[in-house]
Amino acid sequence: MRGAEMNELRLFREDGLRIDGRRVDELRPVKMEVGVLDKSDGSAYIEMGKTKIFAAVFGPKEAHPRHLSQPHRAILNCRYHMATFSVEERKHPGMTRREIELSKVIKESLESLVFLNEYPRSAIDVYIEVVQADAGTRTAGLTAASLALADAGIQMNDLCCGVAVGKVGGRIVLDPSEEEDKHGEADMPIAIAPRQNSIVLLQLNGRMTREEMRLGIEMARKGIEVLYSVQIAALTKRVRSSHQGGSGRY
Amino acid sequence: MFQTQYPSRLIHDKIYELLKQGKRMDRRRPLEFRKVNISVNLIEKASASALVSMGGTKILVGIKVDVGTPYPDNPNQATLTVSAELLPLAYKTFEPGPPDENAIELARVVDRCIRESKAIELENEVLCYIPGQRVASIYLDVYVLDYDGNYFDPAVLASVAALATAKIPRYEVQNGVVKKAGDDQVSIPMRKFPVSVTMGVLNDKFLVDPTAFEESALDTSIVVGWGDEDEVAAIQKNRPGTIPIQALEELLEISRKCSIELRSQLLESLKTYAASAE
Repeated sequence: MRGAEMNELRLFREDGLRIDGRRVDELRPVKMEVGVLDKSDGSAYIEMGKTKIFAAVFGPKEAHPRHLSQPHRAILNCRYHMATFSVEERKHPGMTRREIELSKVIKESLESLVFLNEYPRSAIDVYIEVVQADAGTRTAGLTAASLALADAGIQMNDLCCGVAVGKVGGRIVLDPSEEEDKHGEADMPIAIAPRQNSIVLLQLNGRMTREEMRLGIEMARKGIEVLYSVQIAALTKRVRSSHQGGSGRY
Repeated sequence: MFQTQYPSRLIHDKIYELLKQGKRMDRRRPLEFRKVNISVNLIEKASASALVSMGGTKILVGIKVDVGTPYPDNPNQATLTVSAELLPLAYKTFEPGPPDENAIELARVVDRCIRESKAIELENEVLCYIPGQRVASIYLDVYVLDYDGNYFDPAVLASVAALATAKIPRYEVQNGVVKKAGDDQVSIPMRKFPVSVTMGVLNDKFLVDPTAFEESALDTSIVVGWGDEDEVAAIQKNRPGTIPIQALEELLEISRKCSIELRSQLLESLKTYAASAE
C-alpha cells in the first residue's frame, strides 16, 4: 500500500530536491537508440534512469492464425514483458496479469498511431522486453515501441512519448523512480502523440485531486517535449548511419 | 467485441449527429446513465453478493473470505484479490477459457478503484487477527452475466455493494491459533464508496455509460474511478484512439458529477437493504 507523508523526509532532501538530486519537474537521464537489434524489422532501446528496455517490431506480415486477419486493416499485437532478473526478486518468467493489462493498453496506444488501413490482412507484432525495471516501464516501453515502429518503416501519423507523474509525500513529481513510486500516494502514466497534442495512454493508480492532476499533466507535457526531441535525435541518427550501412550493436 | 451488421463508420456518424442534438439512440441524454438496479445478498453461501444491472448489462459479484497470510510489504493488512470473468453466456463472442486481456483489465480496474481509494479498512482489527501472520483474505469475483456495453461501472457498483453488505465470521485468537468465535458475524469495515464512470468520446462530443452498440463506434473511451467527491482514485483509457489534452478537464468534470449521482443511488440501495434486513 502506498505510504504517507511520514516518508517525506526520506524522499526529499533538506534543500527541497528529490533524493536523487532532481527537481520535482526533472526527468531522469534518458537515452534512446534506434536500430539496435539486427533481425527485427525495426527496433529501439531506451534508458530512463535505471529502467532499461528493448523494443522490436516484426511486420507487416501475414496474420496468423488466419481467422484473426482483418480484410480492411492490419492487426497489431503487442507483448510487454519483464525479464526475470529485471526486478529485485526474481520474477516468474510467464506473463503476469499486470503484464497482460499493460500489453493491452500499450497495444491500444500504438493502434492510434499506425495507419492500420494501409496494411489490410496483415499483422504487426510489437515486442517490448523490460530488462531492468525501475518505475516508468510502460511509458518508456511505449516510447521505445513507437521508435521501433518508425524504424520498421511502418506508416504512422505521429510518434508517441510517455512519462509517469507521481504524488510523493504530498508533492507532484515528474518521472518517479522506483523508490519514489513505492512510497508515493499516486502514479499516473501518461503518453502523448506530440504533434497532435493528444493523449494515447492514460492511467492513474492512487488518489489525486483535480488540481493535482492538472499540475501533473502540465508537468508531463513539459517532460514529453524533452523526450520527443531525444526521440527525433535518435531517429535522425539512425537514418544517417543506415546510409553508411550501419547496423545493430547489441 | 460487439458485432453489428453495419459499418462502424455509419454508426459513428449517426451517433455523433444525434449527440450534437443532445440525443442518443436509446432516447437517453448524452450524460445520462441507464437504469441501475442493485440487489444484494442473493447467494446464501457467499459472504456477500450483489447483482447489478445497468440497462442490459448484468454483473454478479460474490465475495468469499478466508484466513490467510498478509503480503510481506503490508504485514498488518488484510488482503484483497479481485478476479473477473466475461462468461460465455453473456455474449456471443465471449469464449470459455482463462480470462483474456479484457477480463484481466476489468478485474484490475475494479481492484484499483477499491484499493487506491482505500475503500476498505484493511488494517482494521476485525480483519487482522495476528498482525504480520494471520489476516483476512478477501476474494472478490466479478462475473459478467449479460453484456450490453460498459461492464466497468456496474462491476464497481456491485463490488462495493457486496463489500458493504458482507457478513464474515468473527475470528478470535486462542493460544496463537485463529478460531471462529461461534456463529458471530461482523461486517467488513468500509471507509469509502468508490464508483467509476465510463465515458465515450466521439469527435468533440462525450457520452457516459455506452451501450455495446455505441461502444462499437467510439473513437475512444476512458474510465474514471472516484473515491469520494473530491478525489480520483483510478483512471484507465481502455480503447484505442486519442483524447485531445484540452478535453481531459471536461471529462473529469463529467465523471465527477455522474459519480456523485451513482454513489447516491448506491447508498440509497444500501440503506433500503439495511432497513429490510432489520
